[in-house]
Amino acid sequence: MLHIENLHATVEGKEILRGINLDIKAGETHAIMGPNGSGKSTLSAVLAGHPAYTITQGQVTFNGKNLLDMKPEDRANEGLFLSFQYPVEIPGVSMTNFLRAALNGKRKYQGLEPLSAADFLKLMREKKKIVEIDSNLTNRSVNEGFSGGEKKKNEIFQMAMLEPTLRILDETDSGLDIDALRIVAQGVTKLKSDNNSTIVITHYQRLLDYIVPDYIHILYHGRIVLTGDKSLALDLEKRGYDWIKEQFKD
Amino acid sequence: MSQNSEDIINAATDEKYKYGFSSEIETETIPRGLNEETIRTISRLKGEPDFMLEFRLKAFEQLQKMEQPDWAHLNVPHIDLQQIIYYAAPRKREKLGSLDEVDPEIRRTFDKLGIPTYEQKQLAGVAIDAVLDSTSVSTTYRERLAKDGIIFCPISEAVRTHPDLVKKYLGKVVPASDNYFAALNSAVFSDGSFVYIPRGIRCPMELSTYFRINAQETGQFERTLIIADEDSYVSYLEGCTAPMRDENQLHAAIVEIITENRAEVKYSTVQNWYPGDKEGRGGIYNFVTKRALVRGTRSKVSWTQVETGSAITWKYPSCILRGDGAIGEFYSVALTNNMQQADTGTKMIHVGKNTRSTIISKGISAGKSQNSYRGLVKVTPSATGARNYSQCDSLLLGDKCGAHTFPYADVANPTAQIEHEATTSKISEDQLFYCNQRGIGTEEAIGLIVNGYARDVLSRLPMEFAIEAQKLLQISLENSVG
Repeated sequence: MLHIENLHATVEGKEILRGINLDIKAGETHAIMGPNGSGKSTLSAVLAGHPAYTITQGQVTFNGKNLLDMKPEDRANEGLFLSFQYPVEIPGVSMTNFLRAALNGKRKYQGLEPLSAADFLKLMREKKKIVEIDSNLTNRSVNEGFSGGEKKKNEIFQMAMLEPTLRILDETDSGLDIDALRIVAQGVTKLKSDNNSTIVITHYQRLLDYIVPDYIHILYHGRIVLTGDKSLALDLEKRGYDWIKEQFKD
Repeated sequence: MSQNSEDIINAATDEKYKYGFSSEIETETIPRGLNEETIRTISRLKGEPDFMLEFRLKAFEQLQKMEQPDWAHLNVPHIDLQQIIYYAAPRKREKLGSLDEVDPEIRRTFDKLGIPTYEQKQLAGVAIDAVLDSTSVSTTYRERLAKDGIIFCPISEAVRTHPDLVKKYLGKVVPASDNYFAALNSAVFSDGSFVYIPRGIRCPMELSTYFRINAQETGQFERTLIIADEDSYVSYLEGCTAPMRDENQLHAAIVEIITENRAEVKYSTVQNWYPGDKEGRGGIYNFVTKRALVRGTRSKVSWTQVETGSAITWKYPSCILRGDGAIGEFYSVALTNNMQQADTGTKMIHVGKNTRSTIISKGISAGKSQNSYRGLVKVTPSATGARNYSQCDSLLLGDKCGAHTFPYADVANPTAQIEHEATTSKISEDQLFYCNQRGIGTEEAIGLIVNGYARDVLSRLPMEFAIEAQKLLQISLENSVG
């Protein structure tokens, strides 16, 4: 589904990604861990097409298409979804209008008719249940005045609505209390299928108790330095990153 | 840039103004230029009583003592009043007795604009007065409204059929001496709407006037007078468009509103005059004086405007809050793109005790445009307990446009409370990326964000028009980011 080869990226002239290689097949869950500043969030932003980053080398194919040639909105419409670490507030734009624009945009891209207002609202009701989201939330402006937990729930709610095939969760667990973490993580698991894949970026083992990864990759200094199974996370929890830093010094 | 790609860009931007067509309507005009004879001719063509001719001539005398104002933050060329044609009317085929006799070409013109000149189901809740160049061509639902004693007719007709009301109120809120363009309008105005809502009547439908300029080299000088008697209510909407032409055309209008005790008038405008092309060629010069005399106890006037058109906009819908407990409101979205210039805002003059006013202004600037808010909150010594809240926000798209705020406060009563908030913001890259990541393209995302920004104002518009206004904001911003 996703194939990353020797990916290099810079921001403001500084090289952050320094040769990422990664292969993700349909149905798989990959966790990406690593110390602060290792390039985890940059990787997710680059895959989603954030304009602040420049790709200097490498290629990425997504379902056989050249991902790096696509505009961010086309990547989204092809099935890539990024759950933001810091979801952005858009004052005055209701969640309902926002999601309707997003969903109908995707349907148009796929050559489908827009969803009627009634069908759309019905779909919203169904999907809200998955993340136990308060119905008032969808009447409010996009992320405006949302608590940290509400923002993250809202990301997963949008994911439920848009049914992406590649789901990138950028530190979705940060800022969540234990209950919110459980709800958000269970939402992600409920929405998992054989047709979609997941990249989970996290610092902590606790999220991976809910979203069990097939692989764990350690990112350090812009490269994947170690790949293992879920036991690697437990190891890190105990030992920290110092041994990685020591072992993979430049 | 190659000639070819420039053509493509021009074609794309020109297409955005949907109402730029002109119609082949046989038009009767008077010779260009302004003198006493012009005024006498207009008055004669309108079949006016003597008091109107006197009103006009006095205004003309006033005009000759005045000069084109230049205090606004606008770059206005000198407008040569002698180059304008002051009267253009569709040639009448025969006496227009009923609606069915409206010239089919005129009807087609308004159909194309989406303005029904006949009573129909789709817009059953709206009565429309359609004004083309210097005359009203049709007014719908008059009979239905007359059952409640409501008068809704072209002002040129009211002058003849209700001279007592016109004489009593015309020019009382905006006298000819008020300003240069008010004097000009008072001398040469040709049509507009007249509304009278009798005591205790809640107008059962929205009243609307649609102004269309069609003829070349003419100016449009319309005049609207709305009188709301005690305990009455009316919601009134004004819309306007013009063909795309390389020349500039002058539109200088006056709107006067008077509210008696406990009456309420809600006046909404969707202003979409042709804004000129990308280089600033052509477009309407829009110099308008709108003012309400809120003189009844606890009466209320609410101005809501969505301004997207015109090359130059100069307008300050205002309220004189004379009645005790009177309320004035001003909600405005002013969008400028390309080379457009707008200097718009309001004046709230507190005279009565415990009068209240609210000002919400949302400016949006794109392209190389200049957008200014100019507002005055004046509290006179008699206005004990007056309160005002003002909020002026500016949103900038790109780095070649300008947003300016000129708030004035003049307070002569120590019990007054006035608040002013102002913000200036840009659409952030992060907001756009967030929308993009959800599959929403950049232009649509800007439309969403801008509409969200303007929501407090748009939500004040009657439903059908709010939807139109939303689309209009989006269309007006197409190609504004590159």
